[in-house]
Amino acid sequence: MIEEKEITCIVCPIGCRILVRTDEKQIEKLDGNKCKQGIEYAINEALDPRRMLTTSVLVKDGEWPLVSVKSSQPVPKNKVFQVLKEIKMVKISAPIESGQKIINNVANTDINIVATRTVKKIMK
Amino acid sequence: MINRQVDVAVIGGGPAGLSAAISAKEHGANSVVILDRNSWPGGILPQCIHDGFGVEETGESMTGPEYATKYIEMAKQENVEIMIQTMVLQFDEKQNIIAVNKNGIHTIKAKAIVLAMGCREKTRWHAMIPGDRLSGIFTAGVAQSFINLYNIMPGKNVVILGSGDVGLIMARRLRFEGANVLGVVEILPYASGLPRNVVQCLKDYDIPLFFNHTVTSIAGRERLERVKIAQVDENMVPISETEQELKCDTLLLSLGLIPENELSKNANIEIDEITGGPVVDQNFETNLGGVFACGNCLQVYDTVDMLSLDAKRVGKNAAKYTDDQKQKENGIRLLSGEGVRYVVPQRINEYGKMQLTLRADKPKDVSTLYVLFGAKEILKKRLPWVNPAIMIKIDVDISSKVLESGQSLEVKIK
Repeated sequence: MIEEKEITCIVCPIGCRILVRTDEKQIEKLDGNKCKQGIEYAINEALDPRRMLTTSVLVKDGEWPLVSVKSSQPVPKNKVFQVLKEIKMVKISAPIESGQKIINNVANTDINIVATRTVKKIMK
Repeated sequence: MINRQVDVAVIGGGPAGLSAAISAKEHGANSVVILDRNSWPGGILPQCIHDGFGVEETGESMTGPEYATKYIEMAKQENVEIMIQTMVLQFDEKQNIIAVNKNGIHTIKAKAIVLAMGCREKTRWHAMIPGDRLSGIFTAGVAQSFINLYNIMPGKNVVILGSGDVGLIMARRLRFEGANVLGVVEILPYASGLPRNVVQCLKDYDIPLFFNHTVTSIAGRERLERVKIAQVDENMVPISETEQELKCDTLLLSLGLIPENELSKNANIEIDEITGGPVVDQNFETNLGGVFACGNCLQVYDTVDMLSLDAKRVGKNAAKYTDDQKQKENGIRLLSGEGVRYVVPQRINEYGKMQLTLRADKPKDVSTLYVLFGAKEILKKRLPWVNPAIMIKIDVDISSKVLESGQSLEVKIK
């Protein structure tokens, strides 16, 4: 199936509008980029767009009600809301260390969700 | 009264203050203290949970909390003293600081002071939006702290006024938390935030961006119920026929940032009306000898990376000053000419190589940047594009002859 997408390049602030025509997993045509770096960006965006995902997870008995988290690797763009849904169902007990794994293999992506800050436990 | 003496006192413990303090220590200052009124060091970073911090600086992409932790750890290793919940009330030209915290009043005699107070967000009153006074109107940064630190959702149906970076990032954040973002309304014909945020925060989630539009009224009973938005003409006057109503319970304002300089003004530090920060020389020294400025209280930076790099230079200069308290001449002025919104430093009182940071007044394609000494071009540089959202940095070599002339220099983009 042939698809055409217009991609705004974010490598530099010029923001070239790159037209990419793909046929399944093949690039058919790429046009509108002013430099080479735009090619790689546009190919990735057309064939396998991914984003780093950052959000927060509920904390029990913590000095803060939340701990900020990130995906260990960029998440496929079309799985972002699925991943977020799974993260929302989790509540973790303090103390939490920055870098601690919070969810393993989130939404079957082989990607982990990791804490990006330390949250101490509060004594009640 | 608690009296003490330090080499370098840093006012503000956000990324600029931390960077400057660490660097002052690394460059030989014996005692460095950071004074911060907040309950934690790191400033705004803990609520900036998105990533992208540190890329320009170290090549590694970190989230805000990770970036803050890295710098707080470095400060600890360098034996920088961080006093939190400590509010500076005033300082003077002799580097005497008065601060207060729960232990009482502190008078601190410093050899050099670094200003790193950061900035505040513009509010509804800066945009002069008419309409009812009701709940549901927040600055983007306040909403960010509610959601990311305190687990409080500000609303369900949200309109964002202004396309600054915090507003763009909050559009995505609100979507992630299940809110409906009706659109981002920007009075200018271009975004004031970084292009990568326009793509990754709005386009990714099909959030509309209304250019040349503004909010013309706010209505509701106790809570916001609707806003009207309209297109503006070339004089930024709303065109009434284009007015449309958006039903929403929340309006976020991302109108830009104002450097926080009440302390500086009280100490008679000269302020640049355009940047909102102190007028500084090539060493970031203000008109008060031994008082230096860095971070967002000097000028609002695009990224924390660039801010930290400059703040490190400021810390080094402050440490140097504690050794050699040389009185400097006023020097010559550096003026913003055609196409330039502002340039930092505004004064030059030493010859040699230095870095200028400046912003264009509007987006343009291929342009040329000039540094002019009368009609003579000291520097001419071709720029493939200019965008006010992206700070321009250039290195320039100022000769002793230029400095001794006493004449102003002008920076232009044509």
